Amino acid sequence: MAPAVFLHEAVVLSGRFPLLAGASLQIEEGEIAHIRGANGAGKTSLLRLCAGLLPLHRGAGFVLGHDLSLDRRSLRRQVGLLGHQSFLYEELTVGENLRYALRASGCDRRRAEPAAARLSLAGRLFDTPVARLSAGQRRRTALAVLLARDPALWLLDEPHAGLDEEGRHLLDSLIAGSRAKGRTVVLCSHEHDHAASLSDRVIVVAGGRVLQEPAGVA
Amino acid sequence: MKSNRILRLTGALGLAGVVATFWLGLFVTPNAEFFGSLVRLLYVHPSMAWVAFLAYGMAFLSSLLYLWPRTRHPRFDHLAGASAEVGVVFTGLTLVTGSIWGRTTWGVWWTWDPLLTTTALLFVLYLGYLALRRVPGDPEVVARRSAIAALIAFIDVPIVYFSVTWWRSLHQPPTVNLASRHLYVHGIMAFTLFLSFASFTLVYAWLTAQRYRLYALAEKEADEGLDLALEERRAEGVPA
Amino acid sequence: MWRDALIVAGKDLRIELRSKVALNQVVPFAAVVILLFGLALGPDRAALSPAAAGLFWVAVLLSAVLATQRSFAVEAADGARDGLRLSGLDPAGIFLGKAGAVAGELIVLEGLLSVGVAVLYGLQLTGGLVLVAACLAATVGLAAVGVTYGAVASGLRIKETLLPLLFLPVAAPVLLGATKAWQEALTGRPGAGAGWLGVLAAFAVVYVAVGIVAFGPLLEEA
Repeated sequence: MAPAVFLHEAVVLSGRFPLLAGASLQIEEGEIAHIRGANGAGKTSLLRLCAGLLPLHRGAGFVLGHDLSLDRRSLRRQVGLLGHQSFLYEELTVGENLRYALRASGCDRRRAEPAAARLSLAGRLFDTPVARLSAGQRRRTALAVLLARDPALWLLDEPHAGLDEEGRHLLDSLIAGSRAKGRTVVLCSHEHDHAASLSDRVIVVAGGRVLQEPAGVA
Repeated sequence: MKSNRILRLTGALGLAGVVATFWLGLFVTPNAEFFGSLVRLLYVHPSMAWVAFLAYGMAFLSSLLYLWPRTRHPRFDHLAGASAEVGVVFTGLTLVTGSIWGRTTWGVWWTWDPLLTTTALLFVLYLGYLALRRVPGDPEVVARRSAIAALIAFIDVPIVYFSVTWWRSLHQPPTVNLASRHLYVHGIMAFTLFLSFASFTLVYAWLTAQRYRLYALAEKEADEGLDLALEERRAEGVPA
Repeated sequence: MWRDALIVAGKDLRIELRSKVALNQVVPFAAVVILLFGLALGPDRAALSPAAAGLFWVAVLLSAVLATQRSFAVEAADGARDGLRLSGLDPAGIFLGKAGAVAGELIVLEGLLSVGVAVLYGLQLTGGLVLVAACLAATVGLAAVGVTYGAVASGLRIKETLLPLLFLPVAAPVLLGATKAWQEALTGRPGAGAGWLGVLAAFAVVYVAVGIVAFGPLLEEA
């Protein structure tokens, strides 16, 4: 079986600055990988590269069978990225945001309600514009979009940030549920213990590269 | 280097040609019976306009080559930028000489003549393009967007020209129509005109090449910086 | 492509209906512009009427800049530009959808503004068919160029000042064509005005085509 993510000596530039300086990485299908590293180590860039948002400057990269240096557009329908920003439209309601995202990625619109209900966004909140939501509720809306789209590869950037206790439990159960469905999950987190309990393996990123041995990092 | 010598030769020939054009145009050629001394403007004005259009055409072609995936290379972006910069300078000169012509023939500095109006619009169109090129940001992003802006601008030129011409022709015949003025260009005048076209074209080539070299050097500097930047970035991950 | 266009247009128009920025800010802005023209040219109707068509279209052009900026401000909020790319929508569809939404807003604005011009400048809106056709063709062209340049400027640090400088010179033929078509129609020569419709239509076709081709490369970058 081909790995879900395969990177070899990947270099990604932002202007003249190397976000990734030759990262090599392999994540199997169905795996849950926890990426850790200091601020600015390249975790977010790694996720954005896997989402097909960043162009590859050097090296090779394949995600879900798509060559990153050739075709990043068709890859994007199959990945879901939960970033620091939530990609939501402020003026639209939770329900409208969900339905728009589903229609855009060619999924069934009827998945919107169950996904919202799962994240406790049913009822009044469902018809509330995102602009009036709290930060935690926006986070949940973004998660609901992800859940409804149910992509083959989940890329989660600090998913626990800003969520309350209930939200964190929900998120954990979502991650566990996606494993049951055979989805691949890559999550970045500073909450090492919590993330480690969710994941199959740890990948350490430093200086824009992947350190193969997570040696001596407590 | 050989290319260096060719470049220097181009520059020298071009400048010598321009000097000769001025000398011939100002001192040797006779006054025209209808225009008097003003005819001397004709030795520089059309060739400046020609260079401007040549430069924009070159910018358009290079932008196309930059956008085409198989020929994408920063050198085409540099060429487009270099050429457009020279083009804007010559468009400015065309406007100034055209304006002087207008002042003496019609007594006004500006007239809404189709050619003049089109040239003025071209001037602002490409000022916008150059402004876009100077926006700070990822060089590849800016290069790609500039290339698209260059296409949009160039496609606009014939539409502008056609609509402006039609706009004016409904009121009065076009005013700058050299052919209808029975201006007899012959002998030393024809030669001066020809020399002017040739030397201004050479000057264009020389300026564009110099500007292009500057771009290429900046690029090379950045490229050489890349390996260093990669080293530094990797070193961030090594605990001191 | 058309399906994606409908999705995007529907989303943009829904946001507009909800936020009413076009109605509450762009339309009043256009009204201010024609009022100011009136002040600048004086109260003499004999001076205002002949210029009315041109002033109307200058106001429309300036409003188009605002409508385009708004169309991309909606996307820029909260990283939705990445969202557009992650959505997996066809770039040509995104272009058509956004241009369609901007065109729809501009058509409404032109309708309201023409009433304002008729009242303030004392104009008889005769030759209706040519007027409407000119509006439609001009608006499609303006929206296409505007959205393409909006994407060129979006995400760059100095986009607010860049967009008008890029957009307005390119839109000059639309100003000319639409103004002449209106003038001819208003002075009772709709036949002469119809010729200018060809210019407007050609402009619209060319720039819709350019936008469809160019939007992919414009979105596709880091």
